[in-house]
Amino acid sequence: MAVADQDTAVRTGLVTRVFIYGILLVFAAFYLLPLFVMLTNSLKPLPEITGGNMMALPDTWTFEPWRQAWSSAQIGVEPTGLKPYFMNSILMVVPAVAISTMIGALNGYVLTKWSFRGDKIIFGLLLFSCFIPFQIVLIPMASVLGKLGMAGSIPGLVLVHVVYGIGFSTLYYRNYYAVFPTELVRAAMIDGAGFFRIFWRILLPVSGPITVVCVIWQFTNIWNDFLFGASFGGQTQPMTVALNNLVQSSTGVKEYNVHFAGAILAALPTLLVYIVAGRYFVRGLMAGSVKG
Amino acid sequence: MAHLAKADFRTRLQEWLPKLVLSPSIAAMLVFVYGFILYTLYLSFTDSRMLPSYDWVGVENYVKLWGLRAWWTAVINLGIFAGLYITICTAIGLTLAILLDQKIRGEGTLRPIYLYPMALSFIVTGTAWKWIMDPGIGIEHTMHLWGWESFQFNWIKDREMAIYTVVIAAVWQTSGFVMSMFLAGLRGIDNEILKAAQIDGASNWSLYRRIVIPLLRPAFLSAFVILAHLAVKSYDLIIALTGGGPGRATELPATFMYSYTFTRNSMGIGAASAVIMLMTIAAIMTPYLYAELKEKK
Repeated sequence: MAVADQDTAVRTGLVTRVFIYGILLVFAAFYLLPLFVMLTNSLKPLPEITGGNMMALPDTWTFEPWRQAWSSAQIGVEPTGLKPYFMNSILMVVPAVAISTMIGALNGYVLTKWSFRGDKIIFGLLLFSCFIPFQIVLIPMASVLGKLGMAGSIPGLVLVHVVYGIGFSTLYYRNYYAVFPTELVRAAMIDGAGFFRIFWRILLPVSGPITVVCVIWQFTNIWNDFLFGASFGGQTQPMTVALNNLVQSSTGVKEYNVHFAGAILAALPTLLVYIVAGRYFVRGLMAGSVKG
Repeated sequence: MAHLAKADFRTRLQEWLPKLVLSPSIAAMLVFVYGFILYTLYLSFTDSRMLPSYDWVGVENYVKLWGLRAWWTAVINLGIFAGLYITICTAIGLTLAILLDQKIRGEGTLRPIYLYPMALSFIVTGTAWKWIMDPGIGIEHTMHLWGWESFQFNWIKDREMAIYTVVIAAVWQTSGFVMSMFLAGLRGIDNEILKAAQIDGASNWSLYRRIVIPLLRPAFLSAFVILAHLAVKSYDLIIALTGGGPGRATELPATFMYSYTFTRNSMGIGAASAVIMLMTIAAIMTPYLYAELKEKK
């Protein structure tokens, strides 16, 4: 590689470069360490962890901890494993992501292409709602869910996640549609196309990338949520709450290998999304923080 | 005539339709966000204990709150945690971004490695680090096995040091994200500026110190705002990593609020602590969001 195409315009000597690679690799090891520890130790029999070295590869490889974590480990009082909670999470995440994304797309469309007096204020209020500490809504939410008869149920959790998810999904679509040429929308209006027709025929077909970003963001956030699940999950707790119950349970021997397998199971869906569509994941993160 | 009326109805419907589509979201936001905020604010001025009560007691809860040792512990812990978390994440993020920006071979592999923790739940992060830092089976134990008998790392069991283990786990989770914010900032800098400075004889060090880092101001600001608001909201990580312990040594306002409201039957005080959390975040976010929205016009 010629020095001339260094895009930073900074020239570095050999010693410096070795040094740079060294630091970068040390940090890579730091970030990979917990994943390595979780994986290797989830494949060991328990005595190998308590009596052996956490950083060592298994002597005896076993999938037993995974099986236990999935289908027989004690979660709370029931020896059900994490499986039913995994299902709870899926049943909660799919509708919550779908609904909040659809609403976000429509909101973004209205806020950019059908602007009206006060739309800036509405958007500002929505945007601020993305960042509130949810402790501020826990008490009234608990009583409202109770009154609606949705406390401790999947529909209740879906409602909560949709309500607090539309801020971000609206933000994504608004920023995306803001740069879409308004002339095209005007032209369609003059041709007599209505509100939904324009959305369906003109904006939706170009919304692929932002939809991927939005779905990934909502999926990751809702799957990883703990506070709402722990507060309102009741008998239908999501995966994160179950994992915490598994790890914190004070009865019996601490089965570290099962805990690690459970942790990976809880992380697997979002990790897979990250591996498959990391580019979009990063874009979502950036759009949620820096300017869209 | 009828034809005209119909056309009129259609245009009026078209005029109202956008607002109609937006209105459920506005209603939900007004009720579930701002209505709930006002409700919690109101509760913080009442003598609510196990259940909401509507008997006004003025600022009594706030007076009690600031008289509680546990609350002070939580606030001081938040100060330590947020300060270190923001500083270390920014330092690591900036360093990694600058180093990665030196035409590094394998950048495409390293970047996702730095960033993947962001895809995990804090509960997973907490679980992993809880056992890694556990003196019985974790790093300390490993070092002893490797022959470093005197090695000690029992912070997670130590009241004085436990809060720093929270910093370690939280930095692990988010510093890669800060790196990508800075990297995006670096890639947005015009190369011509740098080349011109180099022709003027600036060294690499002064190039970064005098030109590049000042140009990254917006990225610093975004990183600060995001990290500060994450720090105030930190709850899951504490629950999974230390459970607030040993004793109450790692309680943060978020865990304080939860336990006072739901397990200690002091809903009024819990509500007051939530209001203070919200005000802290509002003080950080509002100017930032306001500036961002104005700029975008």
